[in-house]
Amino acid sequence: MKARTSILLGSLSAALVALALTSPRVVAADKVDPVADAKAFQNFFFQKFPTVKHEDFVNGPYSMNEDMKRQWQEKEEFPPYEFALDAGKEMFATPFKNGKTYAHCFPNGGIGIRQNYPYFDEKEGKVVTLELALNRCREANGEAPYSYVKDEMASLTAYMAFTSRGKPMDIKIPDDPRALAAFENGKRYFYTRRGQLNFSCASCHVQSPGERIRAEILAPALGILNAMPIYRSEWSGMGTTSRRFITCNSQTRAVPLEPQADEYRDVEYFLSYVANGLPISGPGARP
Amino acid sequence: MKRSLALAVVLALPLALSLAPAAHAANEADYKTAYSAAEAAAKEAAGLRHQWTVTVSTLAAAKKAADGGDFDRAVAAAREAEALAKASVFQAISEKEAWKAMEIR
Amino acid sequence: MASSIRVRATANGDITEVQALIQHPMDTGFVKDAKGELIPAHYIQQLKFECNGKDVFVADWGTAVSKDPYVKFSFKGAKKGDDLKVSWTDNKGASDTTTAKIS
Repeated sequence: MKARTSILLGSLSAALVALALTSPRVVAADKVDPVADAKAFQNFFFQKFPTVKHEDFVNGPYSMNEDMKRQWQEKEEFPPYEFALDAGKEMFATPFKNGKTYAHCFPNGGIGIRQNYPYFDEKEGKVVTLELALNRCREANGEAPYSYVKDEMASLTAYMAFTSRGKPMDIKIPDDPRALAAFENGKRYFYTRRGQLNFSCASCHVQSPGERIRAEILAPALGILNAMPIYRSEWSGMGTTSRRFITCNSQTRAVPLEPQADEYRDVEYFLSYVANGLPISGPGARP
Repeated sequence: MKRSLALAVVLALPLALSLAPAAHAANEADYKTAYSAAEAAAKEAAGLRHQWTVTVSTLAAAKKAADGGDFDRAVAAAREAEALAKASVFQAISEKEAWKAMEIR
Repeated sequence: MASSIRVRATANGDITEVQALIQHPMDTGFVKDAKGELIPAHYIQQLKFECNGKDVFVADWGTAVSKDPYVKFSFKGAKKGDDLKVSWTDNKGASDTTTAKIS
């Protein structure tokens, strides 16, 4: 026991010393600057993939591989998310038991507004995502909330995304230190390594877009949420942003957080903001 | 990369140590000590919201082995779970600064 | 209840291109549900496309076909305005059919 502990401590302190010696230059980044961050983020991808049209990044792996893109375009004539989309349209129009509908909870009756989500709610002091807003709408009208990961939530967000198709992502960060903190928190989450496989979101989606992970081709992080929710062949069904965050976590062997955890809301805020200007392409179909 | 080397050392340790011959066959008391140490480390990792799935499953395997009376395996699994939990805590702490190295600027 | 079959057929000269999306669980019988019990196999056994009294595409399927199957094929001998009848039967004895006009 003693030998083992001291070896562990020894390697830990050696690692910490090594860390201190090789620490990157600490940049005095006191001020959170989302505008600069978004510009740097977009430029990184535009320069890394100069032949990809800017709006094409929202098509994920299809922007990285011609053969996959061709197959996907063929399927888009009769896309696998059609059933969920039709179901979502019907659900959206169906009144709650109290007679009200989802339209009552959203600006413009919920039509063509998906590109504004997530937004920073200054009253609550937190990021509010579309999925969260939908369930809050349900609860405010006496209905039970839906699961965040699939089925009804996916159908509803599919419909709302569809009504915004083509519109540029338009996330606002108010001049509020809490909103800036949420953005920074999301950014930190995105770049932090987690799980036994020690991957961050960036490990795959910044360092290796277009490369293969087993049989899949990795999507670029730029615009990665613009196609949500998605029909994934791997899932044989629809999945929401919540579902993807959770499964990405467990795929790196990290225990996922609860759906709509602060970290997830913040990383959705960060990823959506840095994709501002790129078109909504949801609902999407992915391998 | 010194960081990942350190992490690799920490990860390799439990494998090396579980192969080390036991001085005596483990008993329930040994298991309880090992398990509570592992549980404490796992709790710390969970508190940092950096728990690994393998920590959870290895802890469960330790408990299952103990329930079945195989204390040698239970102790080995508990020690591995403790090492995994500690590695995840190390990851959480070092990533607090290390993430900046990956940031696009 | 809406039909489980979505079909679109377009004539281009003598060649008609058909696309169909069928809503069906296509359960293999190997997957367990949340309670740990096997979900019984439930799959389309035969899918048939008929035009002008002739079978133009017949598929004998099993459990290897995925959920909500998508089919695309072309055939000759039809023209714009002809009827294309699509029907399927599954291993539980259920079936569905729909007819679409070739556009």
